[in-house]
Amino acid sequence: MKRIRFCIKCVPLIALAFLVVWPLWFMVMGSLMPLDELRITIGPALTSAEGQSVWPILPSWPTLQPMVSLLLDMPQFFTMFWNTFKIVIPSVVGQLILGAPAAWALSRFRFRGRKVAATVYISLMLMPFQVTMVPNYLVIDRLGLMGNIWAVILPFAFSAFPVFIMMRAFDAVPRALMEAANIDGAGRLRTFVYVGLPLGVPGILAALVLGFLETWGAIEQPMTFLNDPASWPISLFLPQIVSEELGVAMAASLLMLIPAALFFFFGQKYLELGIQSAGIKE
Amino acid sequence: MSKAFATIWRNVRKGDGPAAVAFLAPSFGGITVFFLLPLIDTVRRGFYDVRGVNFIGLESYVSVLNNQAFRLAAANTLKFAAVCIPLLMVVSLGTALLLRSIKPMGKFFKTAFLLPMAVPVASIVLLWQALFNEGGLANTVLLRVGLEPVAFMDSGAAFWVLVFTYLWKNNGYNMILWLAGLDGISETLYEAAHADGANALQTFRYVTLPCLLPTVGVVSILSLLNSFRVFREAYLVAGAYPNDSMYLLQHLFNNWFMNLDISRLSAAATMLGVALLLIILVMRRFLDEKD
Repeated sequence: MKRIRFCIKCVPLIALAFLVVWPLWFMVMGSLMPLDELRITIGPALTSAEGQSVWPILPSWPTLQPMVSLLLDMPQFFTMFWNTFKIVIPSVVGQLILGAPAAWALSRFRFRGRKVAATVYISLMLMPFQVTMVPNYLVIDRLGLMGNIWAVILPFAFSAFPVFIMMRAFDAVPRALMEAANIDGAGRLRTFVYVGLPLGVPGILAALVLGFLETWGAIEQPMTFLNDPASWPISLFLPQIVSEELGVAMAASLLMLIPAALFFFFGQKYLELGIQSAGIKE
Repeated sequence: MSKAFATIWRNVRKGDGPAAVAFLAPSFGGITVFFLLPLIDTVRRGFYDVRGVNFIGLESYVSVLNNQAFRLAAANTLKFAAVCIPLLMVVSLGTALLLRSIKPMGKFFKTAFLLPMAVPVASIVLLWQALFNEGGLANTVLLRVGLEPVAFMDSGAAFWVLVFTYLWKNNGYNMILWLAGLDGISETLYEAAHADGANALQTFRYVTLPCLLPTVGVVSILSLLNSFRVFREAYLVAGAYPNDSMYLLQHLFNNWFMNLDISRLSAAATMLGVALLLIILVMRRFLDEKD
């Protein structure tokens, strides 16, 4: 009886999991599929070919040919990949370096205006890009950064969300430990570096994982602030080649997914932590 | 003026004040420059002409509210939120409850449901087109089971494709929030319910649901904000001018931005920001009172 109930519960979960995992299967198999086969299977949906799309479980003749031609014949692809890193790395590093001390102050210091400052961060965190788009544009325009990758990096680096996540992590640092450090003669900076940072590592990693996923897949910000396709990240480049080169587009989609997937699999624990910290009520 | 400044400074110097200023300065300075000050400027610009020189009063606001595209986009965005947020909350709560009841496989399913969060939107454009374009895989399935094919991207069905995308992407995120909320419910409450002879449904109705109420507030606010992100999928799959049924405020903002229509954009952004703040405040007030 117990086993039957267990199976009944599993059915909807398996169905849901299938819906979720199938797209990845599609992408991996698609990038191993020779171009002729892609033209027949999904050509009807993506090109002007007649007929109806079909999708086999496995490709008939697995090949690395599209992957190879992407890596060897399309230098733009490397440029775009590199462009993405040029945006993602400074953004995420900035989020951590600027955000961690701010989060520590908001979480562990007692001072006038703490509540107001925390409210500012939380309110900003809750605003979608459409609200902050015009304000960001006005500053970027005045600073003459329009079209420069810093126009994307700087608003990311100053975003409120990582501060909030790290704030939650620092909330768990016991005050007794800080006082002990204080008695041992450590100032506020040393206490932060030697007590706060080590104990806040899970929160910092949570901010890192979420920050990476956010900036890696970013569409709105580069689309709005970068007008020169030469500095576009891969997230903007990819949709453009879909219609031109089916096989290459498949391989490129997979390559773009890999860094994000790696961050996900190694950082899943911290990703969950990051999501949870947004859910805690102040 | 200097007196007031001196008082503020004296207050700041008490306790952790100076250290707090030093720790906060880099981050808060950036927040001020990139968000707070220009937000004020944005509100101001809603009342000025495109160059930001001449005061024109409520003209931009009137023009925005009378604009056909804005009305369509606002109505669609509202409809989208009204359909997909309750749907997502129910589905993700169901997922979380099921997941908790089958402990051994929990970790595997958790990973599976979170996975879409990590998939960059650009990577799934191709897949979405292969599924929902004319002659796509979704229609193949429909034809096989003997149904009429649907023009997913060129009809009202586009709206539902977007709803499905939103559910697909956010189910895992919300599930984690629900799981955290469920973990916070004391085991003794369940034991008491069990001792009183409550069945599973009664336990859910009288123990789980009331205890989850604070979580409901947070989940609904975060779901609302995440609902704005479906623009990425919508834009990449269907472009700047998709089918009318999925023309959202985000499309409108993007298109007005392309035309550098700063006055109307500022007015619209101000209204959107204020509306969201009000919704969030009301939700929190409403849910706090029931605690």
